[in-house]
Amino acid sequence: MTQDRKIKIIVAKPGLDGHDRGAKLLARIFAEAGMEVVYTGLRQTPEMIVETALQEDADVVGLSSLSGVHMYFFPRVVELLREKGLDDVLVVGGGIIPKDDIPELKKAGVAEIFGPGTPTAEIVEFIKKNVRTRD
Amino acid sequence: MRDYAKEVLEGSPRAAARLISWLEDEDPRALEHMERLHAHTGRAYVVGITGSPGAGKSTLTDKFTFALRKQGLTVGIVAVDPSSPFTGGAVLGDRVRMSRLAVDPGVFIRSMATRGFLGGLAKATGEVVKVLDAFGKDVIVIETVGVGQDEVDIIRLADTTCLVLVPGLGDTIQSMKAGVMEIADVFVINKADRPGADQLYAEVTSRVEQDAHIRERAWTPPVVKTVAVDDEGIDDLVEAIRSHRRFLEESGALEERRRRRAREETLQMIHGELFRRIRDRLTADGELEALVEAIAERRESPYRAVQDVLARWLRE
Repeated sequence: MTQDRKIKIIVAKPGLDGHDRGAKLLARIFAEAGMEVVYTGLRQTPEMIVETALQEDADVVGLSSLSGVHMYFFPRVVELLREKGLDDVLVVGGGIIPKDDIPELKKAGVAEIFGPGTPTAEIVEFIKKNVRTRD
Repeated sequence: MRDYAKEVLEGSPRAAARLISWLEDEDPRALEHMERLHAHTGRAYVVGITGSPGAGKSTLTDKFTFALRKQGLTVGIVAVDPSSPFTGGAVLGDRVRMSRLAVDPGVFIRSMATRGFLGGLAKATGEVVKVLDAFGKDVIVIETVGVGQDEVDIIRLADTTCLVLVPGLGDTIQSMKAGVMEIADVFVINKADRPGADQLYAEVTSRVEQDAHIRERAWTPPVVKTVAVDDEGIDDLVEAIRSHRRFLEESGALEERRRRRAREETLQMIHGELFRRIRDRLTADGELEALVEAIAERRESPYRAVQDVLARWLRE
């Protein structure tokens, strides 16, 4: 029997901060929504995240940052994904991101930024609506 | 359409990753590519790592892989975690312990959810192993889900099965039971620095000795102590697996195991394909629904229905 296509999402914590409560909670929320979530743990470099997305054939990369490194890390992940030909992978971010940074991140190719307090159903809905259709 | 088989043989991780997704999804497009990859499989050595949840399988897989990399061997890892029976989703967390392998070009890691398949593996795990084999990995490590006592599917795929045990989970009776204790080619006592490790070691060793009394065996499973987080005992584990491999190769048992595997696999593929065809035809014209109705109302028995359906389709 052909199985239903499941959304595969990488949940990664780039940078050096050790606050993974949010990322872990989101991993569970995505699983609860029926997705297959690859949780990578802390202190991931953009290279590690992109290599993981490549090997796992991920549809979505979710990045969480609370330490202020998002302006370097998030665009770098998008850039590396493109270099590897993975330009159809949806990149979303969350954590502590100042509002003023959001337009630039979006311009760099991050599809959406979800700040603290975003209803989780909204994040799930956004992903389901914008995820690639795998041919 | 892209030529995934060719790209896999040329070493494209992206092609391997996509083909694996198709296999997981049971997408029929994978078939043609798998058919062409088949001639290039059978070269990799397959190691299974199994044991209870929290026994340290991921950490051991990480350390073991790192040791193999130091010897210049390339490694494919298939790490299986359970799907939720309620939502179908899964948190695949094995990579957390393997971060340092993530950017090593000699290592390819794929996480798999069980998607309702029992036995400790995902349904497509065997196929994924073949892709990584054709992809050119020297050794393929399969990490099973955390198992209880009866999830022993790993022996159908692994050349060497390592059973990881940890102290503090039970007494002698546990090590006497059938099931998972029987499948080990190598026993690993992980977290061997913890209280009870010596006792567990003694129990397992005694079980292995008992086995030798009950029936003569060509291979006596070694019992290896490790503290995976501290990288202790990993060389012993590598050596134990290597000596098992040597035993299998020299005794001809490897060839025999692989033949048995090919046989089971062929039968299973026939089973799957036949089932798919019959189901498709039964559902296409609504016959299945009518049958189910009749069976539910006790006008027909499922036993009779099966005979009728088979008699009809097999004649064609």
